[in-house]
Amino acid sequence: MKSAIIVFPGTNRERDMAIALERASGRKPAMVFHLQDTLPAGTDLVVLPGGFSHGDYLRCGAMAAQSPIMRAIREFAASGGLLLGVCNGFQILTEAGLLPGALLRNATLRFLSMDCHMRVERADTPFTRHWQKGAVFRAPMAHGDGNYFCDDETLARLNGEGLVAFRYATPEGAITAEANRNGARDNIAGILSPTLRICGLMPHPEDLVDPLMGGEDGLPLFTSLFDQFTAA
Amino acid sequence: MKARVTIMPKAGVLDPQGKAIGHALGSLGFAGVGEVRAGKVIELELNEADPAKAQAVAEDMARRLLANTVIESFKVELT
Repeated sequence: MKSAIIVFPGTNRERDMAIALERASGRKPAMVFHLQDTLPAGTDLVVLPGGFSHGDYLRCGAMAAQSPIMRAIREFAASGGLLLGVCNGFQILTEAGLLPGALLRNATLRFLSMDCHMRVERADTPFTRHWQKGAVFRAPMAHGDGNYFCDDETLARLNGEGLVAFRYATPEGAITAEANRNGARDNIAGILSPTLRICGLMPHPEDLVDPLMGGEDGLPLFTSLFDQFTAA
Repeated sequence: MKARVTIMPKAGVLDPQGKAIGHALGSLGFAGVGEVRAGKVIELELNEADPAKAQAVAEDMARRLLANTVIESFKVELT
């Protein structure tokens, strides 16, 4: 797997992401600065990591969505490339219109920095194939604007077409209001494009991929992505 | 020509910031405050003398960057 991590001014989780990608694939990802206008040749997976790109000015991800590299990323996505956005990366994907909806300020107005649990809503995607459907895993979250919002029509489509990848849940897998700390609609933590080639989520599976980090709960996301290249 | 773009959360979109401001006004003793909504104002200096063109270009800017029309509505006024 040839992967690339996009670095914007204010991105701060690119090194964590690089550790996770290298652990899953055995290869170091390329680091691509946002002012570049092309991706390295033969890139299979592009990751937009977390952070506070452009200081969250205007809206989280709004500036990054207009960066020169985004044109190459749109073309990459349109030609079937795999695209993952985590936290600020998810915000950038919605601002760029590559995923529907928007991430609002957390309903509590508090920055949330804690572990959360997510239920895997489907296991037949490039991002989730190493989990069972309904599996629950733990991951840290750290965001002020992670409250997923979309209109009723979009919500019905996401639910109807099975495009919700992950929902906030209790450790037992129950979808409750208490487990939904940021107030996201229908406990949505992560969604997929209709092609299942683009995924965005707020929590940070890349920060739980090694026993030294306290667990490997997040590793299946990355081994899932890697697996299709070894299988092919 | 100057344009003022006012951006507000759409009706039905949760506005926790507005809600918090409302609570704070209540604790300051201001009674009778109903719903509070918080938005933002962006002022643009445009190198354009034709009001119709200035209006059109400011609206294009609002749609493509200044507002996220999934969650926000906007209004352009020339000043």
